[in-house]
Amino acid sequence: MGRNVVRVWVLFLTVVGLSICYYKFAVLGLPLKPQQDTEVWTVQAKISFLGDGGPAIMELYLPNIIPGYLKLDEDFISGGFGFSVSEEGDNRKAQWAIRRARDLKNLYYRIAVARSDHQVMWQSHPAFPKAPDYPEPYASAIRSVLDEARTSSADIATYTAEILQQLNSQTPNENVKLLRNKAGSAEQWVKELINVLQGVRIPARILWGLTTSDASSYSQLEPLLQVHNGQKWLTFDPLTSERGIPANFFSWQVGSKPLFHLTGGEQVEVTFSVVKSYKEQIEVARSGAKYASSIFTDYSLLSLPVQSQSIYRLLLMVPIGALIVVFMRTLVGISTFGTFMPVLIALAFRETQLFWGVLLFSLIVAIGLMIRFYLERLMLLLIPRLASILIIVVILMLLISLVSHQLEADRLLSVALFPMVIMAMTIERMSITWEENGARDAILQGFGSLLVAILGYLAMTNEQLMYVMFVFPELLLVLLAASLWMGRYNGYRLFELYRFREMKKIER
Amino acid sequence: MLCSPGILKDKGVLSINRRNSDFIMRYNPRRLFPLVDDKLKTKELALQHGIAVPKLLGIIEIYHQIKQLAPFLETLDDFVIKPSHGSGGSGILVVTGRSGKNFCKAGGDLIDFDHVAHHVSNILSGMYSLGGRNDHAIVEYRVKFDPFFAAISYQGVPDIRVIVFKGIPVAAMLRLPTRESQGKANLHQGAMGVGIDIATGKSCGGVYRDKICKVHPDTGESTEMIEMPHWSKIIELAMKCADTVGLGYLGVDIVLDQDLGPLMLELNARPGLNVQIANGVGLLKMLDQVESLKEVPSSLQERANLAVELAQKLD
Repeated sequence: MGRNVVRVWVLFLTVVGLSICYYKFAVLGLPLKPQQDTEVWTVQAKISFLGDGGPAIMELYLPNIIPGYLKLDEDFISGGFGFSVSEEGDNRKAQWAIRRARDLKNLYYRIAVARSDHQVMWQSHPAFPKAPDYPEPYASAIRSVLDEARTSSADIATYTAEILQQLNSQTPNENVKLLRNKAGSAEQWVKELINVLQGVRIPARILWGLTTSDASSYSQLEPLLQVHNGQKWLTFDPLTSERGIPANFFSWQVGSKPLFHLTGGEQVEVTFSVVKSYKEQIEVARSGAKYASSIFTDYSLLSLPVQSQSIYRLLLMVPIGALIVVFMRTLVGISTFGTFMPVLIALAFRETQLFWGVLLFSLIVAIGLMIRFYLERLMLLLIPRLASILIIVVILMLLISLVSHQLEADRLLSVALFPMVIMAMTIERMSITWEENGARDAILQGFGSLLVAILGYLAMTNEQLMYVMFVFPELLLVLLAASLWMGRYNGYRLFELYRFREMKKIER
Repeated sequence: MLCSPGILKDKGVLSINRRNSDFIMRYNPRRLFPLVDDKLKTKELALQHGIAVPKLLGIIEIYHQIKQLAPFLETLDDFVIKPSHGSGGSGILVVTGRSGKNFCKAGGDLIDFDHVAHHVSNILSGMYSLGGRNDHAIVEYRVKFDPFFAAISYQGVPDIRVIVFKGIPVAAMLRLPTRESQGKANLHQGAMGVGIDIATGKSCGGVYRDKICKVHPDTGESTEMIEMPHWSKIIELAMKCADTVGLGYLGVDIVLDQDLGPLMLELNARPGLNVQIANGVGLLKMLDQVESLKEVPSSLQERANLAVELAQKLD
C-alpha cells in the first residue's frame, strides 16, 4: 500500500507544481527564459486649460478596455485637484475638481502598456436602433447602397464589410459620391457610416484610439467603426474597410461623447504623446499581473527586496543539488563521503569556478590526508585530532592564498570560500576509509564525491535552471515528487549491474 | 562488462534498494536495531537465551579504565578487543599471543601496550561507531578457529554467515579472510565468500572482489564441495538467534571454535548482498517463497526441514 500512496503523492505534487507553473506561464505571461525584453509604451495625455477663478470640474475619458495591450501601470498627476475615476458602460471617466481654478492648469494622465495576446473585449450590449427617416435625396442613395450590399452578404459582419466596400470604392457611383460629399473629416465619415448602418438597424459606434509608432511621440485620437453582431463588437477601418483592430491601435474611448468636458474654465487643450521603451519581460509580466490581481504575484519571490532575492536564488538551487546526490546514490550507486557533502562543495565551486575549485579541493584534501596519516602515528584522541585537521586545513588555505597572491594568480584567493569544516571531515572520513577498506575504496569514494560535486555545480550554476527555479518556485513540489519517487525505487542501481556482472556466467 | 537488468531479474538477484525498502524496512523494526548494533546487548541477550557466544572477558567504558587495562591484559595470553558499536568489522584488534612485553597481532606484527591503549581510546571516542558517538570497548575470548579451514584461509578467523528470513534460513556463505582483507572476514575489505548450499551444507562457487572464484586467492586451495562441519548445529544456532532478537531479515555470523563448536559472533540487521554472487543464485526467489508461506512452523527442526525443502524446490 505504501507504494501506491507514494504514487498518488508523486502524481499529485507533479500535477499541482506543473499546473501552477503553467498558469503563471500561460495566463500571467511569466517567460520561461531569462532576460527577454519587451516593448513598453508609455502613453500620456496632458490636459491644460485656463481657469476662470471659480470652481472647475474637468472630466476626461480614459482608456478602459485595450485589446492587444496589457496594462502595466498608470498614474495621475493632479496638482491640488480632487480626483476620482468612475466606469461608464464600456468607458472609464476621470474627474478632477477644484474649488478655485485660476490661470493655466496642467493635468496629466499616464499609462504604461505592453503588447500582449491577453484577450479583453467590450462587454456592453446595445439595443437595436430605430431606422431613421432619411431626407431625400439621401434616402434613395442609402437605400440603393444597402440593397446592393444585402444581396452579396450573409451576416452582420459581411454585410458591414460589403457596405464599407461600396462606400469606399475606387470607382464610386453617383449614390456613393453623394454620401461622401457629406463628410468632411474622418469623424464625420464614421458618423455617416453609423447613420447608414442604422438604416438596417445595425448597432454601430465610434472607437477612438491612438496609433503607437516609433516615428513621432505626438499622437492624435483617430476614429474606427464598430458594429455589434449580437455577441460582440466588431471593428472596421472606416476608410480601408479592413476588419479588426490594427496591431498598433491603442483604444481610448468608445461612443461619440466628447473626450473631455470642462466647467469653470476655457481654452482646453488635450495632447497625447506615446513613448516606447524596453523592459525585462519578467517585470512586464509581474506588473501586468498586479492589475490582473493574482495571488501568485502577490506572493512572488520577485516582490522580495533585491538583497534577499539573491539569497533565495541560491537557496532554491540546493534542492537541485540534493536531488542529484539522491539520483547518483540510489539510481547510479556512486558512493560519496557524507550524504550532502558534495552539495556543499558544489556551492563552494560556484565562487571559485570549476577548474580552480577542483584543483584546490584535490590539493587540500591530498595534503591534508598526508598530514592526517602522520597524526595517526601521534595517537591523538578523536575530537582533538579533528580540531587539529581543521586547523591544518585553515593553514593550508592561508598558504595557498598567500603563495598565489605572490604569483599573481588571484583566482586562487577564492580558496577562502571553501567550507573548511566539510573539508576537515572529508579528510578524516577518507583516512578512516583508507585504513579500513584500503586505498582503493577511499580513492573511489573521493572521486565519487568530486564527480557528484561537479555535476551538482553544473546544475546549480545553470542560468536557465536558476531562473526557472526562482520565477517558478512551485517546481519545488515537482522536485519533492521526484525525490519521493526515487525513495520508492527498488530496482537495480547502475553499479549493481556491474557488481553482479558475473551472475550471467552462472548456469543454474 | 555490465549485466542486463533483465538477466538479474530473471535470476532473482536482490538489489540494495529493494532489500532496503521491501525487507529491512518491512521486517526489521527500527526499535530492535540497537540489539544488533550494540554487541554488548547482543551478547547479553544471547546468554539469556542460551546461545553460544565467545566469552566476554571485560568491558572498557571510560578512558580512566585504560590505566587498569595493563594489569588486566597481563592475565591473558590472547584476546580480541572490539568496539561495541563497530560496523563492518572495523576497529577489531586481535591479539594471538605475547612476546615479552609486546603483543602479537593477528597479522604477526608486534605492538606495545601504548598501541593497544590508543586503539581502545579510539574506540571509546567513537571513531568506529556509527555517527561518531562515544562507545565502549569489549575484550573477549579469541576464537580458536577450527583447523578444518586452515587450508583455505589466510590469517584471521573465517566465519559463516547465514541469512535468516522470517525464521527460516534462506542462504549461507563461508567468509574466508585473505591477505588483502588483513585477516578480516568482510567481503568489501577483500575477503573471499564461498556459497553454501542450505540443503546439504556443501560449499559451491565463490566470490572474490566481485568475481567468481573457486580457489582461495592466497593458498590456492579449491573451495568447492567442502562439507561444513556441524552444519545442522549452525543452522539451528542461526534460527535461534533470529527468534531471540526478533528481526525478520537477519544476517547471523557464526564462527567454528575448535573446542566450543559453533559460536555466534555477531548479528547484522542489514546483511549484504554478496551472498548472491557467492552462491551464484539470487536471493529473491527463496525470499518470495518464504514470504508467501501461510504459516511458519515454530519448531527448529521443522523449519530446518522446510528450508531444505524450499531450497530443493528451487533447484
